[in-house]
Amino acid sequence: MGTPYFPGCTLATKAKNYDISGKAVAAALGMPLDELPDWQCCGATFPLATDNTMALIAPTRILIQAEQTHANKVTTLCAICYNVLKRTEVSLRKHPEQLERINWFVSTDETTAGQTYTGKVQVAHFLQQLRDELGWKALGERVTQPLKGLKLAPYYGCLLLRPPAEIGLDDPDQPTILADLLTALGAEPVDFPFKGECCGSYLTVNKPDVPAALSGTIVESAAKHGAQAIVTACPLCQYNLDVKGRLPILYFTQLLAESLELGEEISNFKSQMSKGAV
Amino acid sequence: MINKALVIGAGIAGIQASLDIANSGYQVALVDRQPSIGGHMAQLSETFPTLDCSQCIMTPRTVEVGHHENIKLYTYSEVADVSGVPGDFTVRIRQKAKYVNWDNCTGCGVCQEKCPWKAPAEFDRGLGVRKAIYTLSPQAVPNKPVVNPDVCVRLQSIAKGEKLKCGACLKFCPTNSIDFQQTESFVEEHVGAIVVATGFDVFPQTRLPEYGGGQVPDVIDALAFERLLAASGPTGGKVKRPSDGKEPREVVFVQCAGSRDPEHGVPYCSKICCMYTAKQAILYKHRVHNGQPYVFYIDIRAGGKGYEEFINRAQQDEGVVYLRGKVSKIYRDGDKVMVWGSDTLSGRKVEIAADLVILSMASVPSISANGHRVPGLALTLDENGFYQSSDAELAPMESNLPGVFLAGAGIGPKDIPETVAQASGAAAKVLGMFRQALK
Repeated sequence: MGTPYFPGCTLATKAKNYDISGKAVAAALGMPLDELPDWQCCGATFPLATDNTMALIAPTRILIQAEQTHANKVTTLCAICYNVLKRTEVSLRKHPEQLERINWFVSTDETTAGQTYTGKVQVAHFLQQLRDELGWKALGERVTQPLKGLKLAPYYGCLLLRPPAEIGLDDPDQPTILADLLTALGAEPVDFPFKGECCGSYLTVNKPDVPAALSGTIVESAAKHGAQAIVTACPLCQYNLDVKGRLPILYFTQLLAESLELGEEISNFKSQMSKGAV
Repeated sequence: MINKALVIGAGIAGIQASLDIANSGYQVALVDRQPSIGGHMAQLSETFPTLDCSQCIMTPRTVEVGHHENIKLYTYSEVADVSGVPGDFTVRIRQKAKYVNWDNCTGCGVCQEKCPWKAPAEFDRGLGVRKAIYTLSPQAVPNKPVVNPDVCVRLQSIAKGEKLKCGACLKFCPTNSIDFQQTESFVEEHVGAIVVATGFDVFPQTRLPEYGGGQVPDVIDALAFERLLAASGPTGGKVKRPSDGKEPREVVFVQCAGSRDPEHGVPYCSKICCMYTAKQAILYKHRVHNGQPYVFYIDIRAGGKGYEEFINRAQQDEGVVYLRGKVSKIYRDGDKVMVWGSDTLSGRKVEIAADLVILSMASVPSISANGHRVPGLALTLDENGFYQSSDAELAPMESNLPGVFLAGAGIGPKDIPETVAQASGAAAKVLGMFRQALK
């Protein structure tokens, strides 16, 4: 049995190649991801919400689903879903009164009638599983086609790591998890000062010039430091950073697929959505 | 009652307390873990608000301690244990192996000249180099060297049982004072009262990753900048940045680096940073006339005689640009150090391409290598690790232990005048105890 897996809306639509490569890599490494049967949107707005209770309802439904698998775990690939689910997990554990209030709401709601969340689920990002369950050394040993000579800039963005007190995945200012992964795959990680800066996030919807400027700075800096491509764990970062095709913006799972020789249809670099191409 | 005092820590607090007790006719044993006395004050270039040369105003005191008939100096030593009762403490002092017979050594310095092995100088915050056999500074009291076993190849060859290497100091020492067979030794002192003046240390840059985490060579802490300004420092008082030795033209000072920051650093105000930052910016301007210093600050806290005037001088007469806001990010960009901050008075984001950045790091309590303050003394500490006075308002120099008194920055961050006043206060408490016993 694999780990319960929550893909989220973006991975089911715009970022299918992240989903496909992620699942294939996980299976190839013997740590398969089992998609939750009937999942819905995580809500995505936790970081923006002013009413914490409303923002917690959608993610709590997902935690309930994960709890029903009895694995008491749920893995994500999307950095935003991860942020929302992880912070919900932490908040509900820390605040029993909030959990009670949410449970009162979901148990009387018609789609989740009679169901409650008991607080057992641990939310993980797939990167965390690679690091903590498999380990970089073991991963390196599984690599059949090392990414020798490739200079790749790991880009973390904001939501994969912040706020550190709740997320706790890595140091938000000097993270290494993606760089360690790339080193294990035989590539050369390129350090650059904007690896943890914001790409502009949702402003791409109503103020696209803001992410264009922010992402432009990030991509130029990576290029200046010698990167041939940028590696990310977030579909929104991937979308925003794709500034005029300056550098390829790749998911870490695509590079994993490449180094494990899972075939072109899995690594699928060609399908990379590019605003220039849309 | 044993009419003798132990003073732990020979910074300006310990020096002042020792002199006050000794000059009243009582014996003092003064212990410091460094090879020479003076503490952090000996590292400073000038002092605020008078811009006196720190070494110059301190030297009469360090020399007096060195020569005083009532003061027994134990440098390069640590208190290993304290037992007994107020009035009759037994103190065990560990004297580290110096590998130099100080009784014979004349302090001529030939060994340091001839020694071929170098290591970063701790006293210069790693900006300069020192030999494997070294004194902290040319003004060291006592002016006698010790050998660093981590750097000396002779000691390493002895430790490994290999063929003996080097021996340059042995060969050139005119008084045959080098002794590689020396080991650590213990002495016992019997004292009636104790003054604990163990002082402060600088919060480590590695704990502030958003400011480069100590990885950017041209981002240094303010104590390191003191060494760059000091005439006795590694650059002879010329301001040269660590990466390429160039004179920095745009210099950014960041106040409250780690202070007033419960998230990344410490919650308290380190108290001395506003003043020494203004001082450093002024001194920089005096050294580099066409240079531009910027200071990022949250608030200016200049409570003290002549202090507010000093800040005004920096802002109005010396051309230091003050920006009210926090710095969010510091990173290296080519040969520049980029500083992102905000100017909350104009409501604008500020970006400065600096040549050198100086972090006014938080002051934290000094802890000995083994993690203890004073082994054998169960002193109460506050939530930040500073000594807890028995009464913060009315008995600041009294500890929770009878016969044990406190002074200086080990109780909390403080400047030199306040430290000296407190040290004299602690000495008065000791003298009061001795006097009481005579009645």
